[in-house]
Amino acid sequence: MAIGWRIRWDPIRCGAHGYCAEILPERITLDDWGFPIISSEPIGSDLEDHARRAVDQCPLLALKLERPSERH
Amino acid sequence: MLAIRPDTACWRLLSGPAGPGAETLPQHVARLGGRPTGGTWLIDLLEASNLRGRGGAAFPTGRKWRSVAAGATGDRVVVVNLAEGEPASFKDRTLGALRPHLILDGAALAVESIAASRAIVYVGRAHTPAREALRFAAKERRRLDTDECRFDIVDAPDRYVAGETSALVNRLNGGPAKPTMTPPRPHEVGVLGAPTLIQNAETMAHVALIARYGADWFRQVGTPESPGTALVTVLGAVIRPGVIEVDRGATVGAVIEAAGGLARAPQAVLLGGYFGTWVPAVEAWNLRLDDKELAHHGTSLGCGVVMVLPAASCGVAETARILRYLAGESAGQCGPCVFGLDWIASAMERAARGRADASERDRLVRWAAQVAHRGACHHPDGAIRLLESALQVFERDLTLHLAKQACPVAQLASSILPSAPGGTQWQ
Repeated sequence: MAIGWRIRWDPIRCGAHGYCAEILPERITLDDWGFPIISSEPIGSDLEDHARRAVDQCPLLALKLERPSERH
Repeated sequence: MLAIRPDTACWRLLSGPAGPGAETLPQHVARLGGRPTGGTWLIDLLEASNLRGRGGAAFPTGRKWRSVAAGATGDRVVVVNLAEGEPASFKDRTLGALRPHLILDGAALAVESIAASRAIVYVGRAHTPAREALRFAAKERRRLDTDECRFDIVDAPDRYVAGETSALVNRLNGGPAKPTMTPPRPHEVGVLGAPTLIQNAETMAHVALIARYGADWFRQVGTPESPGTALVTVLGAVIRPGVIEVDRGATVGAVIEAAGGLARAPQAVLLGGYFGTWVPAVEAWNLRLDDKELAHHGTSLGCGVVMVLPAASCGVAETARILRYLAGESAGQCGPCVFGLDWIASAMERAARGRADASERDRLVRWAAQVAHRGACHHPDGAIRLLESALQVFERDLTLHLAKQACPVAQLASSILPSAPGGTQWQ
């Protein structure tokens, strides 16, 4: 049974392009310098496609979609 | 550089010859006897002793050793962390310069206890007396030709974050001493991919004594939560700044008295160094150096810094100086740390100079929330902890500054902060 996804952000890779916040404003906002602030709220099936697109569109591959259990 | 002044009343890590030089191997063995051989018995003993790491995070040492020993099999590495990048802390480099064999005893015991193959001592490049003492001590031990492990002494760049554990691993693997994304953590995948136990130098020295005298002996001083002694660096407005060894049950006031007492009327105490917290002097005075008691008051001993800010100094200006330093010590990798710490330091500088208005405080609060917990390492978190304590403790001063009242102190008083090494290398 699906328990939702979370987005993991790699701040070292991130270059503040900001596409992710355009694609998934429901979970991602930008800080004053343009870097994503990712909500801790899990991503349900309604947002899963958008989340996947946000992750795929990152030019620096700084985002990853993972199950909460994969987080350490 | 601070005077090295081992306290004669304290008896554990800094007992032995009183001179400024390193204790030699024959002196060390004559005084303490040979060390036992490490093994799982020592891990049990460390757990019973409740020794916690003295690098700042206070993680239980026994539990750390057990998790590495129980982890992936194959090659394992032990690293002694003596990259004391914190400008206000001198305790590890002092210990390294005076008692190198205690540190190497601890490292060898760790190698034997977790079945590692080698020990690396990672020493700040600027810590010359400590590095030379450890190099010589390693040579003395090799000459004895026992089957003890070898010790490689490796230079750490003079940067604040070079001692952060993932930065340390990065450097020992041939990269820059900059943090990397975790997980995997060093105890899972560390030096050359091997599970790596990284332990602060002072912690290793305590291990050397616990292995000889036992857990009950260790707990005879200190508190149940924070047993044993600790090396602390006392500086600022005290008569005799320096490194002293104190009972963990001692109060901050007693520590200041042990450093000769107050040199000037105090305002606040910085506990735990640049990643630490400001505490009003009156409140700090009766606090014991007990982890639980300090945590209850929103502070911690961190890396053992007790810095007294005199009443005649400006807390806003001193905090601005520390934040500017920390901003400059960002590894330059994570956006919120690179931009946020710089903006925050600039805002505090504007406030200190009376060139800001009340909206500056709102920006500081906003940026603090946007920077904390958003780096690959805890560098930004430490800076924000300091900022938040300053916003509380110096609230009145900040309000006056933001009302553009002249603050002669901020302009004129010289800083109590020690000068920081200006390292630019990451290798």
